[in-house]
Amino acid sequence: MTVKRDLAIGALLACGVALLPFTVQSGAVLNAVILTLFAALLGQAWNVLAGFGGQFSFGHAVFFGTGAYASAVLQIRFGVNAWAALALAVVAGAAVGAIIGVLTFRYQLRGSYFALVTLAFAEVFRILANTFPFTGAGVGMMLPLSKAAALQFPSRTGYLYLVLALVGIGFAVHLWLSHSRYGAWLAAVRDNEQSAAALGVDVFRVKLRAIVISAALMASGGVFYLQYLHYIDPGIAYGPTISVEALLGPIVGGLGTVFGPLLGAVALHALSESTRNLLGDTPGVSLALYGVVLILMVRYMPQGLAGLLARRKR
Amino acid sequence: MLAARDLSVRFGGVAAVDRVSLSVEAGSIVALIGPNGAGKTTLFALLSGFLRPETGSVAFRDRDITGMAPHAICKLGMTRTFQIVQPFAAQTVRANIAVGAHLHHRGRSAALAAAESVAHRVGLANELDQLAANLTIAGRKRLELARALATEPQLILLDEVLAGLNPQEVSEMVPVVRAIRDGGVTVLMIEHVMQAVMSLADEVHVLANGRLIAHGTPAQVTSDPAVIEAYLGRGAAAKLAAAGSVAHA
Repeated sequence: MTVKRDLAIGALLACGVALLPFTVQSGAVLNAVILTLFAALLGQAWNVLAGFGGQFSFGHAVFFGTGAYASAVLQIRFGVNAWAALALAVVAGAAVGAIIGVLTFRYQLRGSYFALVTLAFAEVFRILANTFPFTGAGVGMMLPLSKAAALQFPSRTGYLYLVLALVGIGFAVHLWLSHSRYGAWLAAVRDNEQSAAALGVDVFRVKLRAIVISAALMASGGVFYLQYLHYIDPGIAYGPTISVEALLGPIVGGLGTVFGPLLGAVALHALSESTRNLLGDTPGVSLALYGVVLILMVRYMPQGLAGLLARRKR
Repeated sequence: MLAARDLSVRFGGVAAVDRVSLSVEAGSIVALIGPNGAGKTTLFALLSGFLRPETGSVAFRDRDITGMAPHAICKLGMTRTFQIVQPFAAQTVRANIAVGAHLHHRGRSAALAAAESVAHRVGLANELDQLAANLTIAGRKRLELARALATEPQLILLDEVLAGLNPQEVSEMVPVVRAIRDGGVTVLMIEHVMQAVMSLADEVHVLANGRLIAHGTPAQVTSDPAVIEAYLGRGAAAKLAAAGSVAHA
């Protein structure tokens, strides 16, 4: 069965990454791997809702930022343990997902309307985070470095394992979606809501569940960002960069496929690393390049890299 | 099995369905016919929960289902197909049918197995691994039927499953519909292909301008002057009768 094959490939990749710290000493390389996995995690989160569920969000940063801020506020203002803060932040992200889901899906917003509303939510949250002293307003929040604190590691290896574990959870969710009743219902809703309803699928609940799962994964990405870089501000947490990062990988890698977000993240990071040497660090160049790649992919390869591999195999 | 009472719905000023009452007996094939724009598909939408009636009620197996959502009605055992076929185009035939099968089969492999056996029943066994988008119109109509059957309904509403098929395909499809009823599923079908209605239906309801104008066996209905006028225009029945008597003389 394809489940076993996908699981085997996933486990093999995970082992490969887990062994990296023993063979590679270079911090720059480990950093690149960590950032690639981080991008894959955001892509997985977005892929659950958009790739499997057909609901294209342009504002996934709203979940990312909520996760990051919830964890930061809990740790810094209330002295909550980082692990507990991680769990609560994921719950907070999922709750925001549920609220946005109820509001948009109850009123049957689809396509570009749904995309615009999610974008608006991210903007509203950015402005709110920018306003209240509670969240550090425009200054942002700094997570103090501490050897005693949980979820802070002396070397990159710890962060690598943390993000690898989160991507592993995302991968498990992807496997479940591609081989389960819920996944079949979600794909049915994506392809034709009317037909799905006629076949006994509760369209509203299926979509709601997808946005909650997607938001929870995205929030865990926000927490990871905070733990790794120790700093968060409204522009980073709720700005469009994160929303774009989340959608770019799956579109390039293959929408609604198990390996799409991973493939996309690897391809895009390889591209940006290799062109950085060519084009230098001029701000905006990599974004312009991403734009070109996105247009080319949508135009010539709508199935993404995963689609290309599948076709090669037939 | 199904009893609709006094159903009405208006779109703007037009009464699309106007105080329609009809009932469907368990184990029968009932046809709903009528000229284009008569409100047949709208009536289906009212019965299956896709539209909420302004007046009237629908009872399914002695239970009031007025205003219930389509998915909830489907769980009770009534489902419908669509006149304009609505496949999950990017998925295989097997996966399409499995969506219906999942209503009663939680496990993926159980649903896929059920999908396969339904495909055999409607003659799609050879297309199981094709993408739904690659099917012919006849294939898509069969798929529409298969998905609905996979939900294991007690009553199935078929909206023009024969439309767009050539005579050969129609004659292949008629026994499939009959076999569905013989398998214990009650059928209410909208159909324009009269030869199929004549051979399949136990009972026919005729809808025109949102109202039921006739009801009876296929033979009774097709000789009803009101029905002939609804299809062919005012006075047509008298002209036909006159022409008939001239021909006989």
